[in-house]
Amino acid sequence: MSKVAARLSKDFVERLSWEKNEPDWMREHRLRCLEIFEKLPMPRFGPDLSALDLGDLTYYARPVDPVRRWEELPEEIRRTFQALGLPEAEQKALAGLGAQVDSEEVYRSLLNELRAKGVIFTSMEKAVREFPWVQDYFMKIIPPEDNKFAALHGAVWSGGTFIWIPEGVEVEIPLQAYYRMQTEGVGQFEHTLIIAERGSSLHYIEGCSAPRYSRTSLHSGMVEIYAKEDARVRFTTIQNWSKNVYNLNNKRAWAYAGASVDWVSGSLGSKVTMLYPTTVLLGKGARTENLSFTFAQEGMWLDTGARAIHRASDTTSRLISRSVVQGRAKSVFRGLVYVASEARGARAHVECSTLLLSPEARTETIPVINAENDEVELGHEATVGRVSQEQLFYLMSRGLDESQALSLIVNGFVSPILKEIPLEYAVELRRLLEMSFEGAIA
Amino acid sequence: MAALEVRDLHVRVGDKLILRGVDFALEAGKVHALMGPNGSGKSTLALALAGHPEYQVVRGQAFLEGQDLLGLLPHERARAGLFVAFQHPPEVEGVKLREFLRLACSERGKGFCEFQKAFPQALRRLRMEEFKGRELNVGFSGGEKKRAELLALYMLRPKVALLDEPDSGVDVDALRLIAEVITEMAAFGTAILIITHYPRLLEHVPPDEVFVLLDGKISDRGGPELAWKIGEMGFEVVRR
Ligand SMILES: Nc1ncnc2c1ncn2[C@@H]1O[C@H](COP(=O)(O)OP(=O)(O)OP(=O)(O)O)[C@@H](O)[C@H]1O
Ligand SMILES: [Mg+2]
Repeated sequence: MSKVAARLSKDFVERLSWEKNEPDWMREHRLRCLEIFEKLPMPRFGPDLSALDLGDLTYYARPVDPVRRWEELPEEIRRTFQALGLPEAEQKALAGLGAQVDSEEVYRSLLNELRAKGVIFTSMEKAVREFPWVQDYFMKIIPPEDNKFAALHGAVWSGGTFIWIPEGVEVEIPLQAYYRMQTEGVGQFEHTLIIAERGSSLHYIEGCSAPRYSRTSLHSGMVEIYAKEDARVRFTTIQNWSKNVYNLNNKRAWAYAGASVDWVSGSLGSKVTMLYPTTVLLGKGARTENLSFTFAQEGMWLDTGARAIHRASDTTSRLISRSVVQGRAKSVFRGLVYVASEARGARAHVECSTLLLSPEARTETIPVINAENDEVELGHEATVGRVSQEQLFYLMSRGLDESQALSLIVNGFVSPILKEIPLEYAVELRRLLEMSFEGAIA
Repeated sequence: MAALEVRDLHVRVGDKLILRGVDFALEAGKVHALMGPNGSGKSTLALALAGHPEYQVVRGQAFLEGQDLLGLLPHERARAGLFVAFQHPPEVEGVKLREFLRLACSERGKGFCEFQKAFPQALRRLRMEEFKGRELNVGFSGGEKKRAELLALYMLRPKVALLDEPDSGVDVDALRLIAEVITEMAAFGTAILIITHYPRLLEHVPPDEVFVLLDGKISDRGGPELAWKIGEMGFEVVRR
């Protein structure tokens, strides 16, 4: 594959598949996805996507070749990863780490100890080539018919991670992936597929960032998680995309009997985000928790949400969101709970709170709770607060400047979610918040 | 030099001129009292000096140890050593009392170690140990809010403290406690102004000087006996 490919076409998709040396099933899958993509309409709800020109994106870019050691990376990207603290985190806090720039992975490591236990942590491409059974899992949770961006993703996906945790293996330290969009006007479409076998456990963390350009970029990743019986998976994403990025993702999990799936999402950047992590509770006693934190600033529209589909008895879901909106920005939270008739004894709790920091800030919460049987316990709470002039002045009159006062209030507001975020990320989040305030006030 | 000197202060709220030429000075280590009818502008005075954006100073000057106050932002005034205990402290959800005081103290130049020691000690002094983990004023009763303001005063050790009705709504024991803390702060060197309606608190903390705010000005000043007189006979005494 040449390093850059601009146009989306059947020819491009075939070439991509050929260059990646894929089995026939994947080439056919891609082509089928492309056809579906062409037929499906743009999303009919949520943010205005009219400024996103799908004809004007670079669909594939490989500005950096893969390396085995950080030092071998080109200067600029090496410095970026260093500033993000990746090599250090790899040493201190992670069981494995993958890093991707634009369309391809550039670095990956995994502790030998986990390799010895049979854990697979590899690039999605390699998994597709080497394990025929991946076909039984790939885009089976989110089929291309689901929505236009799922179909687009299926056609042009590149990069991402495949994780398989053998039965009973508990991965105690997190695995992490970092996604960087480097080329101006690029589209990034990584695919993450996690299979946690019976009784296993995993905490996976994603981080994302991009330098700021004037041209629009698109990030449209997909995450599929299979948590088999009694498995526990926690998936944390902290995205800090720059304000020229459209971040339109699909993330969905299947939780079998006794399994638990937790989504933790921190959305701090992007121009537009559409993100609704979903868990389908398939087996008795499955649980899911969805913690979302969004910080929408000037010019941004963060349209997020969480969905829990209860399909079995005694299943539990907790969807919690905290949004902060500053300047002319908008945050929307769509909390959807569906309880099927067979899901007796299901329990669901939806809670969203928003804090508005400016008079122009906008917010909306759209809960949809739909139960097909009576033996359920459902709770819903929504609150919208404003930081009052009185509160701010009170804090300032004790010696805090405006940005200290604001970030103290905001930190307090989001602390129920920050508690759930791994320490290094919570620190990073706080730092990002403080920087944003300084920027917004200066 | 006075700890705080206010000259010819005129303050407007909205389109209403509330203070029309207030003059007074506070001395370091001394206790002063400000009395005046409801709506006479006592809180306006405190808030304007603290830099509240809605209280607009249209004329006059204020100096803290000779430094011009009115050109400073609210947090700069605090860092310079000014403290206001609010008549109605707002509740700030999500913000821990401890975290707030830690930040405020560090802006007053106090290190973390010092705070670690001083905070539990201050909690004990104000008999507020059980408030250690609470959110700032959230769910506090009226009297508890007053004590929490005094807790901040005790931690911050300002040069000038304007205490807006620290005694309203507090029980007998708390009143005595508040009086003790004020006395201790004055002994430490803080210039204190107690805004109050009743001589009750002043009986525990005899003021060195009493000011009366009437018709937008300091209409009278005198020793503690002025406070006792007003307590007995009301503001008719000074109106004449
Ligand atoms: N934000 C405001 N908008 C309009 N009027 C105001 C505002 N704040 C204060 N005032 C008015 O200014 C006057 C002085 O109020 P202030 O609160 O300073 O009185 P005070 O002497 O502290 O009274 P009290 O003894 O009842 O506490 C009152 O008439 C009040 O209604
Ligand atoms: Mg008042």
